Amino acid sequence: MKRKQIFLSLAATGLITGGLLFAADHIDSPAVTNQTTDITDVYVFRGQDPNNLVFVANTQGLLMGSAATSAARFDENTLIEFNIDNNNDNVEDLVIQGIYANGKMKIYGPVKPAETGTRSRLQGNSTAEVAVTAYGAASPTITTTTSGLKVFAGPRDDPFFFDLTQFKKIIAGQATSFNNPGTDAFAGTNVLSLVVEVPKSMLGASSGKLNVWLETKKKS
Amino acid sequence: MQKNMLLMMVSVVMIATTITSCDKDDDKMTTYYQTMDQMARPAINTVFVSAAEKDVFNTTTPSMQGGMFGTKFKTKLLALNAGYTTNLLGLNADQFTGVLATDVLNVSTTAPTTFYDGTNVLTGRALSDDVIDVELILIFGGPNAMANPGLTSDHVDMNDKPFLSAFPYLAAPF
Repeated sequence: MKRKQIFLSLAATGLITGGLLFAADHIDSPAVTNQTTDITDVYVFRGQDPNNLVFVANTQGLLMGSAATSAARFDENTLIEFNIDNNNDNVEDLVIQGIYANGKMKIYGPVKPAETGTRSRLQGNSTAEVAVTAYGAASPTITTTTSGLKVFAGPRDDPFFFDLTQFKKIIAGQATSFNNPGTDAFAGTNVLSLVVEVPKSMLGASSGKLNVWLETKKKS
Repeated sequence: MQKNMLLMMVSVVMIATTITSCDKDDDKMTTYYQTMDQMARPAINTVFVSAAEKDVFNTTTPSMQGGMFGTKFKTKLLALNAGYTTNLLGLNADQFTGVLATDVLNVSTTAPTTFYDGTNVLTGRALSDDVIDVELILIFGGPNAMANPGLTSDHVDMNDKPFLSAFPYLAAPF
């Protein structure tokens, strides 16, 4: 039902004009299209406090309007996992995990995982939890722990901006250049966000460099 | 006396049962999660990976991606831009696609965060970074970013809502 609604609204706004819809990572993987595991974007940036790094995982993109956004839910079978490599071998040395249950997002880590790669389990004890902010809430619910973690989970405006429609025309050979000004295909759409702010001191970054990637993992 | 013996035996059996069932519970309680989707740099999978291989790319660990996809990325780059020589970072086709095929977001814990600001290169990804323009410049712009001017910016330079200066930084939903 929800899936059908999303497709209807996409078709109505002209985002589906044949072929696969794709963007930063929105709906680019056939196996997860329109599922709770569909990643739209990942961001890692210096926080308001420059001693911290902020990790943003956006999922379930292209939520248009209040009905679709208020119906969207985190899934207790979907693990959201930031992978952090701090010795430049592209294998994760630390993970930050988020798992939803009973209206709350629980965070594990940053912690060294027992095994690396495509299989994970919840690692150690939960380090933070936050009540998921409901759509329409006056202000975001934020948890700040004594160890310095900050956590938010809930619907947010999709921060991505891109003239996807024109890009698709260029790729399809129907246009040879972008328009000026362009049109943001993601204007007016929402995502479900998990935002975790972490003191850099927890990330083992003695080299000053990290490699980060985001994974969604399904209970197997 | 007999009653005590009986109680002891029952206790032993109960303890044994409890231990056994605990073991079974532990096995059952180890829940594993398997990768379904994955990303780091925006639009990399979408631009460089063929439709048939998107799921494979998304479930291949980054340390294996370069070996499996490097050559295919180069082919795709040259299909997108047949005149590619080097880009603004001085990377030739092999070097550039080698970097891209290992899909990790490089993050500096010391420098300011930016995808590319003219000085800092790939020190993370901030909300306001125009990552699509950066990628278009690196794919189409040639060694001085001047080539293919119609393809090096989508002319969408900012989000439709302002970001917050404080946590959680992302704007409230529509």
